[in-house]
Amino acid sequence: MEEEQVYVLADDTRAVVFEARGVTKVYHMGEVEVHALRGVDLQLYEGEFVVLLGPSGSGKSTLLNILGGLDTPSSGEVHYRDHDLSAASERELTEYRRNHVGFIFQFYNLIPSLTARENVALVTEIAKDPMTPEEALAMVDLADRMDHFPSQLSGGQQQRVAVARAVAKRPEVLLCDEPTGALDITTGIKVLEALERVNVELGTTTAVITHNAAIAAMANRVIHIADGRIARIDTNAGRKKPGELEW
Amino acid sequence: MRAINLKLLRDLWHMKGQALAIVMIIASGVALCVTQLSALETLRHERTSFYTEQRFAQVFANCVRAPAHTVQDIRSIPGVDVVEARVTLEVMLDLPLLREPATGRLVSIPDGRHSALNDLDIRKGRMPEPGASGEVVVIEMFANANGYKLGDTVDAVINGRRRSLRMVGFALSPEFVYSIPAGEMMPDDRRYAVMWMNQTELAAACDMVGAYNDVTLTLLPGASEREVIARVDDILRPYGGLGAYPRKDQVSDWFLNNELTQLETFGVFIPLIFIGVAAFLLNVVLSRVIATQRDQVAALKAFGYSNLQVGLHFAQLVGVIILLGGIIGTLLGWWLGWLLVGIYGEYYHFPKLVYLMPPWVPVAAVLITAVAGYAGTFGSVRRAAALPPAEAMRPEAPPNYRATIVERIGLQRWLSQPTRMILRNLERKPFKSALTVVGLALAVSILVMGTAFMDIFLHVIEVQSNVMHREHLTVTLSYPRSRAALHELESIPGVVYAEPTRAVPATLRFRHRYRRVAIQGIEADAQLSRVLNTDLEPIPMPQQGILLSRVLGDALEIRAGDELTVEVLEGARPVRRIAVVALVDDFMGVAAYMDIHALNQLMQEGDVISGANLLTDGRDERAINDELRRRPMVGAVASKAAIIGNLKKVIEENLMVSLSINILFAVIIAFGVIYNAARVSLSERARELASLRVLGLTRGEISYILLGELAILTIAAVPLGFLLGDLLVGVMLTTLNSEVMRFPKVISDTTYALAASAVIVSATISGLLVRRRLDTLDLVEVLKSRE
Repeated sequence: MEEEQVYVLADDTRAVVFEARGVTKVYHMGEVEVHALRGVDLQLYEGEFVVLLGPSGSGKSTLLNILGGLDTPSSGEVHYRDHDLSAASERELTEYRRNHVGFIFQFYNLIPSLTARENVALVTEIAKDPMTPEEALAMVDLADRMDHFPSQLSGGQQQRVAVARAVAKRPEVLLCDEPTGALDITTGIKVLEALERVNVELGTTTAVITHNAAIAAMANRVIHIADGRIARIDTNAGRKKPGELEW
Repeated sequence: MRAINLKLLRDLWHMKGQALAIVMIIASGVALCVTQLSALETLRHERTSFYTEQRFAQVFANCVRAPAHTVQDIRSIPGVDVVEARVTLEVMLDLPLLREPATGRLVSIPDGRHSALNDLDIRKGRMPEPGASGEVVVIEMFANANGYKLGDTVDAVINGRRRSLRMVGFALSPEFVYSIPAGEMMPDDRRYAVMWMNQTELAAACDMVGAYNDVTLTLLPGASEREVIARVDDILRPYGGLGAYPRKDQVSDWFLNNELTQLETFGVFIPLIFIGVAAFLLNVVLSRVIATQRDQVAALKAFGYSNLQVGLHFAQLVGVIILLGGIIGTLLGWWLGWLLVGIYGEYYHFPKLVYLMPPWVPVAAVLITAVAGYAGTFGSVRRAAALPPAEAMRPEAPPNYRATIVERIGLQRWLSQPTRMILRNLERKPFKSALTVVGLALAVSILVMGTAFMDIFLHVIEVQSNVMHREHLTVTLSYPRSRAALHELESIPGVVYAEPTRAVPATLRFRHRYRRVAIQGIEADAQLSRVLNTDLEPIPMPQQGILLSRVLGDALEIRAGDELTVEVLEGARPVRRIAVVALVDDFMGVAAYMDIHALNQLMQEGDVISGANLLTDGRDERAINDELRRRPMVGAVASKAAIIGNLKKVIEENLMVSLSINILFAVIIAFGVIYNAARVSLSERARELASLRVLGLTRGEISYILLGELAILTIAAVPLGFLLGDLLVGVMLTTLNSEVMRFPKVISDTTYALAASAVIVSATISGLLVRRRLDTLDLVEVLKSRE
């Protein structure tokens, strides 16, 4: 499973981590059909930092969920290296999430009954080659808050615990759904700094969903999504530091 | 400890109030089950070993006087193993310290050796010496109740002669595990003694030399009990045989079996109610826990926890609650079972009543609870396990509401907005609301049932003592005599009025069915002891024909108008066909009544009585007793006051205990149901209620919305609980009713009121506990939180 086949495209020499072709997603809400994705083609490369930008309801969360193995497409194909996520069983998706993916959610989704350290341990206990919870929390600058419960932490601190929890298993991809959506600018920047550090130091492929255009400046590529389709992909010549962002 | 298990423990701690309420309900159910079943197993075990070790007989027969050589005939019946013939005799005792009349039963034992059957377990002292005069072994509880020591004497009237008997040993016997005087229901150890005397001496004292009037036997494996009984009857018929009967009809064994059946029923049936309620609450609480943890479930799954692991996580939550309840229940049941066996030990006398707790009892109780608990929560656990992580990330869709039926039929203008909220909420979750009502109703019904038994027993005592039996003393004559005896009794100072009775042992046959009964001969215009129907109206005694109790009629499958065959087992032993005039609904089990003159006509004996009911002036019963005891014609005297007093004592001692336990357990259920319902409502609606507070509603107004719903459910539960309680009482009575006694279904208004108020009070208290949380609702925090 680890001997991945590498997709190489002519215009880029980096290995392809994700490849989506013709992905659609239709939700049935009673009588109504909601088309969340209407045919998405996409490639994400190893080690890159991608921002998926779009208004709410554009389908970006759905796309992220499908990439992360939380959801499956209605049609089309999604490959993670040599895994066909669109054809994977529930069990295979669980294995995939367990071994390859780190998630960060807008509302942190910490377990309120566990301390910061225990929230991270929740993941390291089932991972193959994790760092220690202490190492992960040190990476996000929370070494001194390890035994605090979520209710004793600020929003930004909670989100950094979530970052630590996501990276502790040394995932190959980090998927972040509006990681700063619930945060003010100062704490948001701290979280973004943590994400950037992971991206740079561990080389983790990182995809961040946001409707905040300012964040796009720190990405390698910016994928604009509107109405269930990819509207446009921008490549940034140079990445800004999170500290330089303004919104 | 793994982080996910830490989460489990902290989640449990967070919901400790609710979890504790469920744990206590499970513990109550398990405790009841363990208590009753362990007592059952203990008694069963003791019975088996006592019966086996003392060689308890399997068939019993009495006759008037059979010559000794007929024992050989009985022994040669195919299938008979050991036979022992004895002399037994009912005697009057003279206990100087006792106000009430005391009776005894003298039983012969082989001189100088142990009996081949029904052997005594000598607890203290020794067997009578062969050839010694006046030595007896007495049953241990009689000695204990009266404080006798070895070597003390007791005076008995044997065959009209007063004898002083020296107690050389105290013993227990498998025949008298439950030891009661003929015709009574409750043991009274002070005034009833079983005494064993050397055969030679007892036979000489009552003109039974070379004869016997009692025979017991055991059977070879595979022998037909029915067949042997028929052959024994054939052999004893010429000698006044009263009909042989199997062990299950032997008085002590019958009561013991009846008790064991009740333990079994109560030990299984009632705990099931608790376990059902617990399963329902687990379902309600766990569904809510899972609903509030949707985002946590999503996170767990996003990080690679499998459906199975998530499912197991919640299943473990249920498991911890069940296990805790099981452990507490087992320990509590262990203790209560030990107490219960102690109480049984006061009525059922075994040599060593060692409390047993077979491991399967708690294991089975906990397993049944686990099965029910998991059946109740399976749906929730499975939903949590199958929750698609992407969907779990989103908050639950707002619930669907609509106008309630009350509003749709046009009553809405009478309802305030908060009241509409209450009604809509109830109607939106009809199933959950219904189950809450059922849970509370079960609490009410348990209380009704527990208290109703008090009503029933008190009613029976009241009816027996003041309506059916208005006499003060009942005299049984040593043998039937002419009516002149009645005048002699009436002439005793203090006796105001005497009414004759005539009891004739007989076998009643209809088609292939039969029962042995004593036909009661009653004066048509009887004033003291009357036959009453369940409405307490006197049943007129027909001049011809026979009345049967409903129980006897059902047992014989006979109807009014049919003719049955009466085979009298006394005197000239006439056999006649007699018409059944009516089946009467009375309190007694198997009973048959005839006009005393018609009965005497049947017996061809003239105007004969076998006993009398006496009305006294109520001044000095003791003096009348002494007078009666002095007369050889008097076989036994029973004092109504003593019997009733003893019954009341037993009821006070035992029923009060079980009543308090019942109240406690029912309160636990009511409290648990309401507390959990309120907590879940609060959790579901905290946001809504906080919003209302922000909009300017007072604490009282939002409390009304939350608690009003529960109040409606509680009030709805009360009448349903009465109904269920009635049903429960009915079910319990069917196990209690027997061919010996039939209990009427009496439930007093006080019982209903007590049940309703206990449940309403505990519901109110638990509601107020939750209201306190409502008062401290942090508006900002609640509104900020997602969902």
